[in-house]
Amino acid sequence: MRELTFRDALNEALDEELGRDPDTFLMGEEVGAYNGAYKVSKGLLDKYGPKRVVDSPISELGFCGLGVGAAMMGLKPIIEVMTWNFAILAMDQIVNTAAKMRYMAAGELSCPIVFRGPNGAARSLGAQHSQWFEAQYAYFPGIKVIVPSTPADAKGLLKSAIRDPDPVVFMESETMYAWKGMVPEGEYTIPIGKGDIKREGTDCTIVAWGKALKIALDGAELLAKDGINCEVVDPRTIRPLDEEIIVNSVRKTGACVVFEEGWPYYNVGAQISDIVQRACFDVLDSPVIRVTGADVPMPYARTLEDAARPDPTSVVAGVKNALNVRS
Amino acid sequence: MAKPTYGLAEKLDKATLVNMYRQLVLLRKFEERCAQQYALQKIAGFCHLYIGQEAVAVGTEFGITPDDYVITAYRDHGQILTRGTPPGPVMAELFGKVTGVAKGKGGSMHLFDIPRNFYGGWGIVGGQIPLALGAAYSSKYREDGKVTVCYFGEAAVNQGAFHEALNMAALWKVPAIFICENNRYGMGTPIEVSSAVTQVHKRACAYDMPGVYADGKDTLAMYEAVKAAADRARAGEGPTLIEADTYRYRGHSMSDPAVYRTREEVDQERKLDPIPKMRDWILSKKAAKEAELDAIDEQIDKDVEESIRFAEESPWPPVSDLYEDIYVDPIRQHGDMK
Repeated sequence: MRELTFRDALNEALDEELGRDPDTFLMGEEVGAYNGAYKVSKGLLDKYGPKRVVDSPISELGFCGLGVGAAMMGLKPIIEVMTWNFAILAMDQIVNTAAKMRYMAAGELSCPIVFRGPNGAARSLGAQHSQWFEAQYAYFPGIKVIVPSTPADAKGLLKSAIRDPDPVVFMESETMYAWKGMVPEGEYTIPIGKGDIKREGTDCTIVAWGKALKIALDGAELLAKDGINCEVVDPRTIRPLDEEIIVNSVRKTGACVVFEEGWPYYNVGAQISDIVQRACFDVLDSPVIRVTGADVPMPYARTLEDAARPDPTSVVAGVKNALNVRS
Repeated sequence: MAKPTYGLAEKLDKATLVNMYRQLVLLRKFEERCAQQYALQKIAGFCHLYIGQEAVAVGTEFGITPDDYVITAYRDHGQILTRGTPPGPVMAELFGKVTGVAKGKGGSMHLFDIPRNFYGGWGIVGGQIPLALGAAYSSKYREDGKVTVCYFGEAAVNQGAFHEALNMAALWKVPAIFICENNRYGMGTPIEVSSAVTQVHKRACAYDMPGVYADGKDTLAMYEAVKAAADRARAGEGPTLIEADTYRYRGHSMSDPAVYRTREEVDQERKLDPIPKMRDWILSKKAAKEAELDAIDEQIDKDVEESIRFAEESPWPPVSDLYEDIYVDPIRQHGDMK
């Protein structure tokens, strides 16, 4: 094990997979000569050349569609979207083409492509650059959605995503790229669809993923000071979702909080809440509590932005609510 | 009207000319029966007929090879038949039967025949153009010598997908042929109402690629334009935009009575029909006798009749197919966890 940043862990995954499989190539805005807008692809152009690491024009619909077409022919493109905010322009190719290809062709076609890039809010970027998209993509049958929360998970899951025969949406977060974590040496992958217990506990289950996972862990530490011992479950992949690990945890703790930074309506937490209340109705003493960001476009001003984002104290309040404990 | 002069097409042998005629007649008769079967409610959903535009697909097919890739939009019956897919599985797909080319999961707009390099059959206007770019990109990547043909209507050129794809196709010199089937109407909207530039081939100058006008009612003219573009693509010289000047006799889809145009206009266009044009050429070249061509017509009537019988008698897809083919390896479906 050694300590790596999220960015370097992703870079290692790309490097290893580009080195392993000549059918893979990386394409996106600034991925080559600029070494990546967030430096995730640093050094890859020098190592693999312009055939394998391709700078695209600012044409999200076009180059995402190019990737889908190349994947249809059996190549394994890795398409970097500079942020998922911009990928809205390419949504037709991802959800109308990549996701539907196999079904409409009755199994005659596959689409082994990965779309990856940063998701969620950074700091003071305003409404059009601070949004969460995992629920949008997870809605569509035919795609897989991965939202890793640690550098080690990010590396192992990205390698699995690149090898996966189906289209995968892989969501990072721009504020996470400099985060450090222990990453195993050598070759390893993490299976898509397997969650992970990031903190063992007995009193309440907190489900969180991606950047929100760290906030959830910070909240759990605050709660521990009050004698409340939370279990933090990281599903790691949103579709397919490891329902079992969530349900088993809630059956152990008897309470559940789903925590995410995104908006409350029709989100991933709503889906998890539905699963938990059906599977664990007999053990729950209170409803599943959902803690989310404010239901507003993200404002710029620091005071407003802070008010719009949930933080560890929001997690604490959510858990106390689930346990019927007065704050 | 003076007979058109050809270069490459003059060298085609008799058998090829007769095959072209056979294809034209197959497309026409197949779709005339589609209209009838739609009226009988045997075919459901949207059904976009190609009648009038047959010369585009047939001329194109003879300008490329069976190894090349073809991708198109939802007006796709003609293109899949010209690739050599038998009419039975195509009709069965339109009927929604399990013997169809997509086992009843695709329908009229989503036909596929991967072994014959026919890659659909896509439902969003212009959405297949980046896909074709990617297919052509894969050929450049692999240096496999294949060319990708992408069909789209004239209304698709106002989509960003067209601009983005053609820019990258030219930038990276991929082996693609973009064929705009300019039938002058995007649903009910005439091109003059939707496009600042109505001569679509002129748009090619924005991408520094050749923009070629072709008579899309003339099979041989289409053949010549596509053959030249394919040779160019294979030589590594990049993509070509071909505007096929064509006309659809029917409405946009079966639900469109096409009242936005006059009977006179349609009658005028029918005088330029590609099938008698091809027939006259064959007879003038003595490539076949009238009786031989009549025999082809009769045989195709039987083939199309047989395709309807095949579709009619085929079973519906079993309900157990519902959750098949979503992912390569099936994943747990929502709700499995009780």
